[in-house]
This record gives sequence, C-alpha cells and structure tokens, in this order.
Amino acid sequence: MVNVTLAEFSNRFVYAAMVTYTIAMITFAVSMAATRGRDLVPAAAVPAEGQSGGVAVATRVETTVGGPNDGALPPGRRSANIAMSITWLATLLLGVGVLLRGLSVGRVPWGNMYEFSITSAFAVSLAFLILSLKRDIRWLGIFVVVPVLLTLGLAVSVLYTDAEQLVPALKSYWLVIHVSAAVICGGAFCVGAAVTMLFLVADAGERRALAQKPYMLDWLARRLPPAASLDAMAYRIHAFMFPLWTFAIVAGAIWAESAWGRYWGWDPKETWAFITWVAYAAYLHARATAGWKGRKASVIALIAFGCFLFNYFGVNLVITGLHSYAGV
Amino acid sequence: MTELRTDATHEGTPQLSTQPVEVTQAEFGIVGWLRWVWRTLTSMRTALILLFLLALASIPGSIFPQRGSNPIKVNQYIIDSPTVGRFLDKLGMFDVFASPWFAAIYLLLFVSLAGCVIPRMIAHWRILRSRPPAAPKNLSRLSDYRTLPMLAGESAADVLGLAAAHLKKSRWRVDAQEFDGQTGWVAAEKGYARETGNLLFHMALLCLLAAVGLGSLAGFRGTVIVREGSSFADTRSQFDSFQPGRLFDDSALPPFTFTLDKFTADYQRGGQQNGAAREFAAKVTVRDEPGAAPYGKLIQVNDPLDIGGVKTYLVGHGYAPTFTIRDPKGAVVFRDTVVFLPQDGNYTSTGVVKAPDTVPQLGLTGFFLPTAAVDQILGPHSTFPAPDDPAVFMSAWDGDLGLDSGRPQSVYKLDTSHMQRLGIKAMRPGESWTLPQGHGTVTFDGFKLWSSFTVAHDPGQGWALASAIAAITGLALSLLVRRRRLWVKVSTSPGGGTVMEIAGMTRSEHASVSDDVEALATQLVGRATSVPMQ
Repeated sequence: MVNVTLAEFSNRFVYAAMVTYTIAMITFAVSMAATRGRDLVPAAAVPAEGQSGGVAVATRVETTVGGPNDGALPPGRRSANIAMSITWLATLLLGVGVLLRGLSVGRVPWGNMYEFSITSAFAVSLAFLILSLKRDIRWLGIFVVVPVLLTLGLAVSVLYTDAEQLVPALKSYWLVIHVSAAVICGGAFCVGAAVTMLFLVADAGERRALAQKPYMLDWLARRLPPAASLDAMAYRIHAFMFPLWTFAIVAGAIWAESAWGRYWGWDPKETWAFITWVAYAAYLHARATAGWKGRKASVIALIAFGCFLFNYFGVNLVITGLHSYAGV
Repeated sequence: MTELRTDATHEGTPQLSTQPVEVTQAEFGIVGWLRWVWRTLTSMRTALILLFLLALASIPGSIFPQRGSNPIKVNQYIIDSPTVGRFLDKLGMFDVFASPWFAAIYLLLFVSLAGCVIPRMIAHWRILRSRPPAAPKNLSRLSDYRTLPMLAGESAADVLGLAAAHLKKSRWRVDAQEFDGQTGWVAAEKGYARETGNLLFHMALLCLLAAVGLGSLAGFRGTVIVREGSSFADTRSQFDSFQPGRLFDDSALPPFTFTLDKFTADYQRGGQQNGAAREFAAKVTVRDEPGAAPYGKLIQVNDPLDIGGVKTYLVGHGYAPTFTIRDPKGAVVFRDTVVFLPQDGNYTSTGVVKAPDTVPQLGLTGFFLPTAAVDQILGPHSTFPAPDDPAVFMSAWDGDLGLDSGRPQSVYKLDTSHMQRLGIKAMRPGESWTLPQGHGTVTFDGFKLWSSFTVAHDPGQGWALASAIAAITGLALSLLVRRRRLWVKVSTSPGGGTVMEIAGMTRSEHASVSDDVEALATQLVGRATSVPMQ
C-alpha cells in the first residue's frame, strides 16, 4: 500500500531542498547587504541643505525593471538574480519531494501536519516565484525563504511522520478541496504577514526620517519599497485570500456535515478558524475606518496571522478535538 | 413633602410657555439619544469592536470543554475542581456558544450590520439606476490624465461617438453630452458589482444566521448504539440520547428501520502508526418504512445513510461480549450480548452484566480486551484494537443489584453498595467459570461488535449552504472588482483648435484605472485606421 522507496526518496528531496533554500537565503542576504538603500525622505520633503544631519545620505531611488540600463547592474542586483535562480532550484526539489510523498501513499500529500507543512512551504515558494515573473519582488525573497526554511525545519524535526494511509475520517474527496484551500491560504497569509511586517518597518523608517529621528531598523527600511506600496501589496494579498479562507471554512463545514453529522460544532479547530476569519474581517473593516488605517490595521492583520498559526500548531498539538488525528 | 411641592409647582407654573419647550426637549432628547445610539451602533468603529469581542468571546469555547460537544468532559471538569468548575459554569464557560453574552455580541453585530447595510442597499439601488456622473471641469487633476491629438478633418462628435462605442462594447455604463461647439464628453462607469457583492455578502451572513437558527429550532439529533444482529427503528424511544429542537415534531421522524448485519474495522499493523484505524464500515439492511422492501447499504465515516434528509452517520464502534449464566443445576438464567465501552485507542473496554433473575442477584463487572495483556502497572489492558487475542477479566458480585429501588441506574455501572465480591477470573471465548459458593457458572461465549450512530436532521442546512455560497460570491466580487470611472472630453482650447482629454478615477482601495485609460487611449489612437473603415 505504501511505497517505502518513494517515501524515502521524497525525504531526500525535501532535505536537498532545505540545503538549497539555505544557500538561497544566504545569497539573498548578501544581495541585500550590497544593495544601496533608497532615501527615506521624499524629495519634496528634504529640508534645506545643511540641515540634513541625522538623515541618511541621499542615494538615488533605484529604478525597477524597465528603467534605463547602462550595462552595469546596480550593486546587489547580480546576487539577487542568482538567489532567485537558486530559489527556483530549491522549489523544484521541494516540488519533487512533495510529489513523491503523494505518489508513495497514492493520495494527496496533505494528510498530516508534516505533509501539510511541506506542501504549504512549496505553495509559498511557488506563489512567490510566479509573482516574481510579473513584477520585481526580489527584495521580498529573503522574507519568503526564511519562513519556508523554518516551516521545513519544523516539519522534518518535530512534525515528521512516516508515509502511511489515512484514518477513515480523512478518506473523502473533501480532503483534496478543503485542505488544499487551507494550504494555499496558509502560504499566502504567511507572505501577507511578512509584507505587513515590512510595511511597519518601512513606515516607521519613513516617519522617523521625516522627523529626523534615528531608527534602529533604518538599514532595513532603506532597502524596502516605499511603505505605501508595501501597504497596498499587503492589502491585495489579504483581500485575495479572505474569500479563499471563507471558502476553506465552508468546504470544511460541508465535509464536517458528511463525516460528523453537523456542519458546525464549535470543535476547537472550527472555533479558531472562525476566530481567524473574524480577525481578518476586522482587518478589512479597519482599513475602511478612520483612525485605524495603516499601522493599526496592520497590527490587526498580524494578530489574525497569529490566530491562524495557533489554529495550526496550538490546536493540533495542544488542544484535543475532532481534528486530532493519528501521528499529528 | 418637598417632592410633592416641586410637583405642584411644576404643575402650577405657566404651562403654555414651559410645557411645549419641555416636551420638545424631552422628545428631542430621546430621539436625539436614540439617533446617537443608532449611529454609534451602525458605525464601522462599533462593528470593528464587536468583531473583536466576537473573536475574543470564542476563545474560551476552545479552551474549556463544551456541553454541546462533550458533556462528559464538562461533568468531569466540575467533579475535578468543583469551586472553579461551578464558577465557570455560572459564567457559561461550558456553553460559550449558547450563552447569553455570546448571543448579545453577535446579535448586536448583526443589528449593526443590518443598520449599516440596509441604507447602503437603498443608496446602491439608486446608483444602479442612475447615469455615470458628468465629467468634472478640470480632468487634469485626476489620475492617469492624458491628452490625445485630434486628427485633421475629424469632428468632435466622431471621436466622442467612437469612445462611447468602444466603452459600451467593453461593458461600461456610458453617458454622453454632445459637443455643443465648446465642449462635449463621454462619461463611463464600471464595477458596480463591487458594492453589489459587498451588500450580498453582508445580507448572506444575516441569512446564514437565520438558517443556523432554523436548524437548531426545527432539527433533531439522536445517538444510538446497535449491536451486530440487532435492529434500530427511528422512533424517539429507541435512541440512547435524543436532542430535539424546540419546534421539532416527532412526526418528522421518517419511520425507517435498519439492522446492523456486520461491522468491519481495519487497522494499520506495524510502523509508527501501529493500531491506527484505516477502515470502518457498517453493513446494514434498511427498510424505508415498515413493510417496504429491504435493501443493503454500507454506512461509512464519510458516507451516511440518507432517508428523506434524515441522515444516519457512523460515529463509533466497540465490542459486546456474550455471557451465559447457569444456575447450579445447569439451567440458563441469563444470556445476553452486553455492550462494553472502549476506554482507550486499543479498545480496552469496560462493562457490566446484571442478572436480576438469579437468587441472590448476580452482577459482573470488568474488562473486554480485544488483544489481551496484563502487566503490573496497567493491569489488564488491550495492546491492539483488533480482536487478535480476545479475553475478558470479570469480577462477580452477589447481593442486591438495587434495580428495585426505583432510582434510575446506568447500564454501564454496577452499584456494589449492597453486594459482595465472589471472585475474579480471566476467560477466553468458550471458557467457563464455576462461581464459588455454589452460584452456578458464567460462560464467555464470544463477542460481537457494535456501532454507534448519530441520526440527525437539520432543515436549515440547505439554506446555510446557499447563504455561504452567496457570501463567498459576494466577498469575491467586493474584494476583486474595482469600481472605476472614465471620462473623454473634447473641448475648444482658448488658443483655438480642439483638445481631447481622457482621465480615470477609482474609489476602490489601492486600485488603479491605468489599464482602462491605456486601453481607451490605444483604441482612440488607433482610430486613424478604424475611422475610415466605418
């Protein structure tokens, strides 16, 4: 029933992917260190010359793809390109690992926490790479690769379970629908949270620069896109994911109806899915409420992601409920 | 006295001058206050706070055991820590989702929602039937403003007509003002589905709440344990537990019956997940109503039996050993297959046999072990859920079972307060135990399996699903559609000649109209080729 050889190969591919992601992470870090930061104070707001003490030395705002190219790449650009290529390779390796895991058990590779984690990690990297084909998001690279590595590390060390068949409760086509939606949401919420955090850093950097105050994360803020565009990107990710998360919950409810005889029973997993949903709804409402836009709304988005994480790790590992299955 | 006097002076003061003032003040006060309450309640800020409270209030429901899903655990919690347990119980912590404070939050939220959504629906209805707004005086202040050259010999009407045709073709709502020698414009708007979706989503949530309410009022839920070879008839008395909604009517129970022919379970052998369940199936023979033709059905975990919307779900299983008790002369005084309840994942099961017809009465209590093992710490226990090496460990008691006292007794507990222990014995299938003091013999004949079923009907379910689908559709529309406006304006410039301007505007967050303006500009620039062809 279980093809042990394929499962064994899957594990090796996952490990190989982890090594490759680590190299990508280091390369992204090198690239970031080499990048010249932008000036955090908008040109119009730069005070008269001679008063600029404390403000970072003004450098030209880097143009993104499509700008004039005089042949020489700006500093950090070459290493960023290399890092992207390594990330492609790592994602390919991880993809093979996930695929082999699925083939070894003859079902979708998200039947337990280990499989869910590696599949989520794959989904995040793939989404990042596909997005990178359309726009320049190399600056985001390290902030995607690090959570991917953390997830994979946790998966192989704490959550690992041998490839096995499923308990009867999971034998349903809803496993494909409900859990795949949750996998995609997990990945996207993770990226959404990363971009939100970066927004908070960039926003703080821009405010402090304008007020001519020192900022601890100034070096990072200067290497990020403007806060406004980070905010817009975070919003787009969350706005896109919220309907999908709603769908994941509804699909879960339909499944619960056919497995347990009720579509909603306030099982801990259901309760926390609901809490996460309400928290993201609060984020979307906060953005439309005066006095809550920007920083406050972003904090709500991060709290919502915290709820999502708790629903995954906390509820699965700490609280027992109907969603507790054999071997995490 | 003073009160009386003030009252009197009140009455005595010139009524005509003060009363109207007082009344209007009072009325204004109450109306004003109500208006303030309504405005506050329906404000986004309040909705936000209520959403927070709703999330916060749900948390204890995941931390403390809940009566709705696990009443046994709740009772255990109260027994283990009575003071804290009773205190939490008073706060409703074991019934969070049915508690008045939880209801207060979501009802306030839904009132706030309705108060916010209904006026918006009226406003949106008006907008849906109105024309796109006229072009603003100064287009150049808008985003994506650009001017395009006019071609030689081309009239303003041609250009405006072309723009309107293109926009109509791309499904924009278009309004136009013909060129009057000075100026003329085309206004277009698109993306009304954003607000439609937003309103649909919020209304769908209200419907969802109503559907949940309908289900809990008019539905029912019952559980029953059926042994292999035994039958179940769908009437209230046959259920082990039955929870009807307040408006539930027993005539809504379809009169079906089924017999559990065989229950099969399959477990993983070896590996990390040794003993994990792999397959459960209950083979039943069903009759939709008395006298109807029987048919076979396999009820599985994700595959319930559905008879007219009443569904029977397989929720659990266990073992039921068969015992025969004979008196010293060898006559059978008791023979039954008794349901034992599993205590762990390996189906170490406990149960009780009561033989009230022996003199004195006999009781047996002990374990059924599908794969028997005994050790110093765990005592008798099972090491695998499948019946690889079944055995029972029973202790026998004689005396008064207490069945005649009139107090209700659990079939899973033996009241030994008026009984004395005769001895303890392990038996494999077919083995007998000669009880001491000439009480006869107990034979462990073998065992059967039992399944537990939940029979449930939720008349609100279809509505809930429809509401959920509507909610997702609405959400997707409201978050993914952009509401945007475009204008094309042709006017005579002060220096003579005509100028064509185009610009766009969006009110949706972080959206842009650049691509729409771009598409329109491309279309208009390309008219050089398209105009002559017309």
